Amino acid sequence: MARAVTPRRKALTTAAAWTVGVLIFFPILWIVILSFKSEGDAIRTPIEVLTSAWTAESYATVQERSDYFKHFLNSVTISVGSTLLGLVIAIPAAWSMAFVPGRRTKDVLMWMLSTKMLPPVGVLVPFYLMFRDFGLLDTRSGLVFVLMMINLPIIIWMLYTYFKEIPAEILEAARMDGAGLREEILYVLTPMAVPGIASTVLLNIILAWNEAFWTLNLTAAKAAPLTAFIASYSSPEGLFYAKLSAASTMAIAPILIMGWFSQKQLVRGLTFGAVK
Amino acid sequence: MATKASRSAARLMISPAVILLLGWMIVPLAMTLYFSFLRYNLLMPGMEEWTGLTNYRFFLTDPAFFDAIWNTLLLVGGVLLITVTGGILLALLLDQPIWGQGVVRILVIAPFFVMPTVSALVWKNMFMNPVNGIFAHIAKALGLQPYDFLSQAPLASIIWIVSWQWLPFATLILLTALQSLDSEQLEAAEMDGAPPLKRFWFIVLPHLARAITVVILIQTIFLLSVFAEILVTTNGGPGTASTNLTYLIYVQSLLQFDVGGGSAGGVVAIVLANIVAIFLMRMIGKNLDA
Amino acid sequence: MNLTMRALLGATALSATAALAQAETLTIATVNNGDMIRMQGLTADFTAKNPDIELEWVTLEENVLRQRVTTDIATKGGQYDVMTIGTYEVPIWGKQGWLVSLNDLPADYDIDDLLPAIRGGLTVEGELYAAPFYGESSMVMYRTDLMEKAGLTMPEAPTWEFIRDAAIKMTDKANEVYGICLRGKAGWGENMAFLTATANSFGAKWFDMDWKPQFDQKPWADTLNFYLDLMNEAGPPGASNNGFNENLALFQQGKCGMWIDATVAASFVTNPKDSTVADKVGFALAPDNGLGKRGNWLWAWSLAIPAGSQKVDAAKKFVAWATSKDYLALVAANEGWANVPPGTRTSLYENPEYQTVPFAKMTLDSINSADPTSPTVDPVPYVGVQFVAIPEFQGIATAVGQQFSAALAGQTSAADALANAQALTEREMAKAGYIK
Repeated sequence: MARAVTPRRKALTTAAAWTVGVLIFFPILWIVILSFKSEGDAIRTPIEVLTSAWTAESYATVQERSDYFKHFLNSVTISVGSTLLGLVIAIPAAWSMAFVPGRRTKDVLMWMLSTKMLPPVGVLVPFYLMFRDFGLLDTRSGLVFVLMMINLPIIIWMLYTYFKEIPAEILEAARMDGAGLREEILYVLTPMAVPGIASTVLLNIILAWNEAFWTLNLTAAKAAPLTAFIASYSSPEGLFYAKLSAASTMAIAPILIMGWFSQKQLVRGLTFGAVK
Repeated sequence: MATKASRSAARLMISPAVILLLGWMIVPLAMTLYFSFLRYNLLMPGMEEWTGLTNYRFFLTDPAFFDAIWNTLLLVGGVLLITVTGGILLALLLDQPIWGQGVVRILVIAPFFVMPTVSALVWKNMFMNPVNGIFAHIAKALGLQPYDFLSQAPLASIIWIVSWQWLPFATLILLTALQSLDSEQLEAAEMDGAPPLKRFWFIVLPHLARAITVVILIQTIFLLSVFAEILVTTNGGPGTASTNLTYLIYVQSLLQFDVGGGSAGGVVAIVLANIVAIFLMRMIGKNLDA
Repeated sequence: MNLTMRALLGATALSATAALAQAETLTIATVNNGDMIRMQGLTADFTAKNPDIELEWVTLEENVLRQRVTTDIATKGGQYDVMTIGTYEVPIWGKQGWLVSLNDLPADYDIDDLLPAIRGGLTVEGELYAAPFYGESSMVMYRTDLMEKAGLTMPEAPTWEFIRDAAIKMTDKANEVYGICLRGKAGWGENMAFLTATANSFGAKWFDMDWKPQFDQKPWADTLNFYLDLMNEAGPPGASNNGFNENLALFQQGKCGMWIDATVAASFVTNPKDSTVADKVGFALAPDNGLGKRGNWLWAWSLAIPAGSQKVDAAKKFVAWATSKDYLALVAANEGWANVPPGTRTSLYENPEYQTVPFAKMTLDSINSADPTSPTVDPVPYVGVQFVAIPEFQGIATAVGQQFSAALAGQTSAADALANAQALTEREMAKAGYIK
């Protein structure tokens, strides 16, 4: 909708958009600033904070105290692993719903989404018992499975909406050329749906990265991701704003950077079928 | 194109997902149902016994129960209202030609990447804290008494925090939808002398209807189980002013370790969630038929 | 650093890893408080003495930690070899047989050196089930300069009347000086720890001998009304969200005349690095009303080993190390005596070097004046000063704490808060089967 507008109007909208953008972003900016202050300075008034000395001591303390890299790797493994595994299960399901829809397809889809409404806090104990019996407590594979299950409905739904936009004639043409079902999905459908798959992957990595109930409660030392890392910096005795800010910055930075670099892909595909 | 062969292939291909999700739903549900009829406190092993409906009786007559339902509705409704309205306004703004559009878009979507725990901690400590928070510093600089957000307006504060996290999501989806709007239609309306508000009401808004439905559906699913934000900021208080259903179940099952009571709460929550799901399905069915 | 050096270092690191490959790994769950963080930093001392044991730390915020370890031990999940728990959990878990007895720690550990009050709180039927890492009570911390300005002298053992009088005289709201800072944030370990301990000194109690809740009795009304009046007159704004940390920050910034809270806070408020009032702090025993009980609590963060652990011997070695006299000396050598984990050993308080620490004596006196086995004026069926050692207490007291916090925020009246507290406690106790 790029229409010609007067420079005056463009300047005004630019100013408005930037103001709103900076306001929305401000909390994140603020923790980054606080993370480079001493604990004593971090609780002063905003002007005193900005004019006080900069220091990286909080990062040094955090690094000394906890193994950031281990938590980071766990987060990466769990979020990427669960997303890829989900994709493997979701692509065939989405294919069949998009191209061979039955009378109940829509109901099945809604039912899948409704499984997400189970309150996790109510079922932690049963899950803990099952995880114990299967030896999955504090393992990355256990968490990959749980997060995959949690996000599977969303993955299926997103893929379903992308697949539906692909004209069935193309698939038929491929079939005429002798492509089997496997080839059809692997070589025709998947490449065409790449933008959609990419944004599905990105969204689910974000959701899995930020999941803080299961990841915290089913892990101890070995498989604990960054959500557990944060839990060791919130509200200890004594001042903690700077250290908490440093730990928070470290925990959200990877996903924030990934999100920024891939925002075009994310935005393009994030329609959930809302755009015809 | 739906041949018999492809039908059976389709069934085969959807079955892993369906079987997994069915198991994912049924196993915990069965265990929860079973536990909900037991007197079962994790801290008192060996005392388990069948108690019939006692757990349900206690959960449903808990004075906090109706507060929790009301708070859950307020929370979901409030966040939806803020994010949808704010999302539309932001999408309209970002859809205008501006300098540095890419950067502004990045700034606006950033909160979506922040872990709920982190955003709750940051808002609570660095912003809303009545002594050291930025809002308190600003109030003092203006000569005002700092407002204690989390004890004076706990639920509104939580709605605010959650809205901050979900506004980017709504904005993104609405923006994408807005960009697919045929600009000729708008220009034609402009030529006919339709004022901006009218153009928005009769052309833009109907075009966004589907996107708004999607935003409402997805966010409702996530908002019904908001938990971390409450745990970190207010612990459901003061009183029960910010206790939602999920938090009430948490208190039962993980604070008191009353697995029986928590399970009864879980069953109640599942029933209520399904009512919401049916309601949503009706709404979606109308609007999302493609 | 030259190349040979690097190669040498690399080789050492390699052989170290090789040795660790056969090592036993202990997973230790602990709280993110300063003393535990320090212990984590001193791990090298332990592993040097025990090269066959490797330590893995899970450091969590208190509430998260409590939920994690309780779930794990109750389901026998076996995720932790050593757990950091408090005096609330030990009696309950010990009775269930969930913990390994520590009575057989080596002789040089000197169990008899542990402070009797603390040891008593960690012992169930003669078995010590957890070793205290640090112990605390509560006491009055006050600003000597403001007290002088108000023309008053703090007695060593003040009464509540004196505290009220002093708080009002010290308050100077125009300059953001509030006479008294107390906990208001809801939680069984937050406002209820303070209020339960305070209630003891007002002659109130949670339950009578038949487990009947007592919030409808006059002593509780007196306690709550006194607390609310005091806070409204001389407390800081937003007090209903203030816990230990918030009050600590306020006190360190010079905004509190008095603060009644954990004795461990003494080392924070007298530390010139963080505190603007480090050289103007005095200490006194928690107040009383002349009824024979003071309003101070007793708590000990302690290390315990879950029964059924496969690594009991290694875990015992670690527990003994972390709570030993040598560990105290090690911290003193590294960080100075003021930073030693306090409140666990008699020998520490007999050490002349430690006696020079300004808050040492008051901490010891406070700990000694608390008696978890007889916490109240009237006899009660439960153990615990600022808590009741039954599994239901966490949930009940947190809900009661919400009511009292709402009363402090001005959202309910004191009478309503007490009536609600009574009703909800009766409900839960009936549900749990205490009241037939």
